[in-house]
Amino acid sequence: MDQPPLVEAKALARSFGARRAVDGVDVALAPGECLALFGPNGAGKTTLLRLLAGLLSPTAGTAAIGSVPLPGPSARGRIGLVSHRSMLYDALTARENVTFAARLHGLTDVDGAVQRALEALRVADRADVAVRALSRGLQQRVAIARAIVHAPDVLLADEPYTGLDEQGGAALTSLLLERRAAGAALVVVTHHLQEGLALASHAAVMRAGRFVRFDRADGLDAVRYAADYREMVA
Amino acid sequence: MSAPAASVPGIFGAAWVIARKDLAIEFRTRSAFLSALVLSLISIVIFFFAWDPTAVGAVDLAPGVLWVTFTFSGLLGMHRSFGVESHDRAMDALLVAPVAREAIFLGKGFANLVFVVGVQAIALPAVALFYNLPVGGAFLGLAGVMLLAAIGLTCVGTLFAGMTANTRMAELLLPVLALPFFVPVVMPAATITARLLAGRPLEESMAWLRLLLAFDLVFVWACTLAFPFTLED
Amino acid sequence: MTKTDLMTRSEQKSSLDWLAVVAFLAIAATYVRAVWFTPPELLQGYAQKIMYVHVPAAWVAFLSFALTALAGGFWLFLKDPRLDRFAESSAEVGVIFTTVVLITGPIWAKPIWGAWWVWDARLTLTLFLWFLFLGYLVLRGAVHEHETRARYSAIVGILGALLIPFIHLSVYLFRTMHPMPIVANPDGIDMPPVMIKTFFLALFSFTLLYAAFVRARYAIAAERDALDDAAAADR
Repeated sequence: MDQPPLVEAKALARSFGARRAVDGVDVALAPGECLALFGPNGAGKTTLLRLLAGLLSPTAGTAAIGSVPLPGPSARGRIGLVSHRSMLYDALTARENVTFAARLHGLTDVDGAVQRALEALRVADRADVAVRALSRGLQQRVAIARAIVHAPDVLLADEPYTGLDEQGGAALTSLLLERRAAGAALVVVTHHLQEGLALASHAAVMRAGRFVRFDRADGLDAVRYAADYREMVA
Repeated sequence: MSAPAASVPGIFGAAWVIARKDLAIEFRTRSAFLSALVLSLISIVIFFFAWDPTAVGAVDLAPGVLWVTFTFSGLLGMHRSFGVESHDRAMDALLVAPVAREAIFLGKGFANLVFVVGVQAIALPAVALFYNLPVGGAFLGLAGVMLLAAIGLTCVGTLFAGMTANTRMAELLLPVLALPFFVPVVMPAATITARLLAGRPLEESMAWLRLLLAFDLVFVWACTLAFPFTLED
Repeated sequence: MTKTDLMTRSEQKSSLDWLAVVAFLAIAATYVRAVWFTPPELLQGYAQKIMYVHVPAAWVAFLSFALTALAGGFWLFLKDPRLDRFAESSAEVGVIFTTVVLITGPIWAKPIWGAWWVWDARLTLTLFLWFLFLGYLVLRGAVHEHETRARYSAIVGILGALLIPFIHLSVYLFRTMHPMPIVANPDGIDMPPVMIKTFFLALFSFTLLYAAFVRARYAIAAERDALDDAAAADR
């Protein structure tokens, strides 16, 4: 690979006092690749995602987005973050929330980008409703629209399917696959092995801050993987 | 694949976007502003009824009343400014955005400034009305002093509001931390207000004005610098 | 390291805290000298002897705040938890000495000026130091996560140190506006050598006492943090 990986981590580590939340993780994702990240609660998946999003500084090791080091505003500009918390302002409308994100990223055609993002998540018809009046599933869709309005190269998603109904889940999956096809790199943390493996090019299991298993997703037998996973985290 | 041509706003541009967002939220709900306003007006009325006009003249009492009410109602508004960010972790989205951390502080600080000035704009006429004060010619000087003081109160209040937002007893902790810092603002402001209301020219209060200005310069800079350090990194 | 390991270790630590012993001896020596071997001041009489407590306590109060702020500042860049523990210990010891200043001040003022509180410039500044210490400690009590607590404390400490000159200026301007008695300050008095020696002995023994208290308090903080870390690791 002559180009630097789009998402890269080398011996990435982060401690909180004596507790090692992430303890030496290596990641290298090229454009179009998607890493599905599995693991029990407390394994360090959220911390790893926060490190990759530039929300935390590592205590050891390095992380970079396309050779621009994290944390730092230039690297962060290419990232979209989705979490199970919506990160929205519930007094504002969906449109206002997404517009705010678009403005922070300095987009030139703010209104157009906002409309496209809302339509991609199929929430354009409820765009001018205050977020607090929307159902949990719709809020999550607005949150995702907010995360993708600036067409990020890198999408980091921490249990993004939480709260989504079937229609919302389908919209999200097709969005993520479309992003992959367009050359973005994705890291998706999820508890649903099936969903994760369907999206991913690579799959990793994290435990106690480290990757205990790392595979290419194509050719993986989902049933075998699920059984192995249950043993690993038992 | 890269994002469509975008130019990430600089510190002040981003601060302005954030300030607009905060003001939009406050305008939508209005609850903090109305609470602060009601608190000021009620305090002014209580002070009035607790006052013996034969012992103390209106011009002597009013500045103290004015500044005490500004301070406490201002704190109320500032306390709320970070509440919106912790609900559903909206702060994370702000922190992932490619804007400097200082812009978050400046944006929120500016929104709080508008809030405090808004309260002042109503409380001052109310005090003038209730205490029969000869504001008239002193108005311009008064407006200037109120703005300078609002800047000082807001920069410290915003920083401390950010720190206390997620603690227990935040409503009590914010005043305990912030009030000592308000003294070099309130003392000059109240003194200058008293002098202006008594008809003295502004030039006589230059020493106090310089103190207020120095505080603003030093603390706006120090608090802006300190803000990124309050964030988890 | 488990909880039982830590408890056994503290039981074994029965050796004497020599610094504390020396400090208490120094204090005792100071006051024996101050009370019996130093003559009373001409104008103020025996009331003046409280100066040997009041002024050294003030010295320690301001010293401990400066050290708290400094340690916090270093913590922000080095992130060493020992710096934060020291800052915390210095603040807790400092607030006690500040309280001593605020109590002895009025006790000194009353016989001299006839009033308990005269808004003396230095005493007022010390009052604000007290408020800053209390705010600092209340903030620490309200934040449980170690790193966040250290972070916030460092900032409040540094800003507090920045505030002190502004308070001083405010009080100075206030007093020039409202004529007030000026409480005699020790460095203004021409002290005979015997009083100067007692004074410096008091300064020295108070500083030793500060060091002894901070060290003891630091040890408590270190054990508490070790217990917290052990509990976190077990989770």
